[in-house]
Amino acid sequence: MRHTLAVLVENNPGVLARVAGLFSRRGFNIDSLAVGRTDNPTISRMTIVVEGDARVLEQVNKQLNKLVDVIKISDITADEYVDRELVLIKVNADPAIRGEIMQVADVFRARIVDLGKKTLTLECTGNDGKINAFEESLQPYGIKELVRTGKIAMQRGSRYTGFSDGNPKVMGNREEE
Amino acid sequence: MKKTGAQVLVESLLAQGVDTIFGYPGGAALPIYDALYDADIKHYLTRHEQGAAHAADGYARASGKPGVCLATSGPGATNLVTGIANAYMDSIPMVAFTGQVATSLLGKDSFQEADITGITLPITKHNYMVKDVEELGQTIKEAFHIATTGRPGPVLVDVPKDVSSAVTEYEDSGPVHLPGYSPACKPDPQQVSRAVRAIEEAERPVIYAGGGVVNSGAHGELKALAEKMLMPVATTLMGLGGFPGDHPLSVGMLGMHGSKYANYAISECDLLVAVGVRFDDRVTGKLESFAPNARVIHIDIDPAEIGKNVRVDIPVVGDVKICLKEILEKLEPRVQSAWNGTINKWKKEYPLGYTENGRIKPQQVIQEICKITQGKARIATEVGQHQMWAAQYYTFSRPRSFISSGGLGTMGFGFPAAIGVQVACPGETVFDIAGDGSFQMNIQELATVVNYNLPVKVAILNNGYLGMVRQWQELFFNRRYSYTEMNNPEFSKVAEAYGAVGIKITSPSDIRPALEHALSVDRPVVMDFITDPEENVLPMVPPGEAINKMLG
Repeated sequence: MRHTLAVLVENNPGVLARVAGLFSRRGFNIDSLAVGRTDNPTISRMTIVVEGDARVLEQVNKQLNKLVDVIKISDITADEYVDRELVLIKVNADPAIRGEIMQVADVFRARIVDLGKKTLTLECTGNDGKINAFEESLQPYGIKELVRTGKIAMQRGSRYTGFSDGNPKVMGNREEE
Repeated sequence: MKKTGAQVLVESLLAQGVDTIFGYPGGAALPIYDALYDADIKHYLTRHEQGAAHAADGYARASGKPGVCLATSGPGATNLVTGIANAYMDSIPMVAFTGQVATSLLGKDSFQEADITGITLPITKHNYMVKDVEELGQTIKEAFHIATTGRPGPVLVDVPKDVSSAVTEYEDSGPVHLPGYSPACKPDPQQVSRAVRAIEEAERPVIYAGGGVVNSGAHGELKALAEKMLMPVATTLMGLGGFPGDHPLSVGMLGMHGSKYANYAISECDLLVAVGVRFDDRVTGKLESFAPNARVIHIDIDPAEIGKNVRVDIPVVGDVKICLKEILEKLEPRVQSAWNGTINKWKKEYPLGYTENGRIKPQQVIQEICKITQGKARIATEVGQHQMWAAQYYTFSRPRSFISSGGLGTMGFGFPAAIGVQVACPGETVFDIAGDGSFQMNIQELATVVNYNLPVKVAILNNGYLGMVRQWQELFFNRRYSYTEMNNPEFSKVAEAYGAVGIKITSPSDIRPALEHALSVDRPVVMDFITDPEENVLPMVPPGEAINKMLG
């Protein structure tokens, strides 16, 4: 089963290598990993999608927790959450078929962000399924280039993966008081 | 007051109570060595950086204090790697310092540059490169805190040359603040109660004790628990000495070369109390057949060890000493049962043994060393057959007296480790029980023991083979002894050339006199025991087999 982990880490050099190295060395399968800083510039947040059964996930959590730079891990899979991914696709687009491609873009609420002589570059955001469907729809025209950000996710409602100083890092989530 | 980075480093070491370090100088470490020149710290110059790392490791194992080693950048740093990995696998507190090229030269393939923080990422508990002299003091404080708390382990601090020579206004920056690091200490009371109930309900309980008992200083609690509940105790290689080997409840070592009665006890028990262990494959053999009928209580400080290799019924996470104390307080004593009788019957039926044939038997040498030292020496070992014989035939009665590379299995560990042990325990008898293969992997440290007159006694069990590999070739590769025969130098003469005492022993009747002579001189001694070449370590669980299916 696929799990989505929200991981808060210290924004230290090498922290990505520590996390990525841990996954490869222990044979855990990363589906995607997205990382960027949070509102606190000393803390980054990783969204890691990992494949595995309950036992594997338990080890993933515990081993991640052993990294000194990892502050907090939440497995948000079981919660209600919003997840998004962004894709940029450059597709073959002779003037004759541009209209057709723009219709496809409309269906997916994608935007055209660049126009070449023979190409169109489109931007689309959404969850996994939507991005996959969008990619499939453009395949017949000939995709020249494609880049995805990997998934980022956040719990719905007032639950959040936060961090207050002094609290031990624990599995699970916090409810706003 | 203004200080250089190197002076900050030295002061930080002193503040941590460090009075001894092991190292080897070089270009990028020059400012640090300059600060050490008149510092109140004793520095031991080994003859190879690997020797420094193992010596620091041995020092830590014998004393319980963190071991400290120091090397220069590039090759100096990479030569520490095996020693760091060794300490990591056995959870030994160690802080390794490396010089590094100046920050302006980093990443440019500069002379003697190696990405040592990258290289040691998977073999350290944590590591640092200090790029700002203002952060050096605090980083060192954090390094010692991480190395010595929770599950101990090695931490590396890489110090670029411009950082160690930079001048700063140094002030103590206060306590460490690591939001991502909070090791468990006290166990969950509910799990403690469950463990208590399980122990009281068990009919055939066994304790499986490991290095965690030694690390946390829980040998007293372990003994009290075993005696109160009359539970037999099997120890791992790392656990030897954590429970007295001559205690009536001891069943010795378990696992691949464990005693038959220890492995039978594990196979037949209905409750396995695993204390400070990690269910290593050399212990468990075939996992599905390991303690197949038992409920499992696993007591360990590292939550990631729970359920890593085996299913655990009752996890008790915390410092082993505290966990055992809390469990012990709540237990009602158990009375002698048929189970204790069965264990004693197995002990009588399947004793360890070997057949004498007029040649020197390696087991006999170990027994003689045990007798003459009354089981009170500190015994370091290398890795291989001699290591297993030392584990089987020396009776360890106190913790921190068996110093051996367990997890990584590092040949060449024992001799430099014995240096660290002798430094930590100056008045005590320290042996390195070695093989002819292993000893040659760090033989250059003979210069170190002579240099500092460390009276380490090396006992080489010389069979002219890489004995353990040869044994596997004999048993599993049809006696095809591919590259395991050793053409050795005359070890006694090598020892003498270095300025140590060398003795060659070829007949069983000379074992005792040689040991007596070795112990009578206050100098390093190398004893070269020419042993029966094709003696095997038995009993043995073939790899991948259940631990009660033993050869021999």
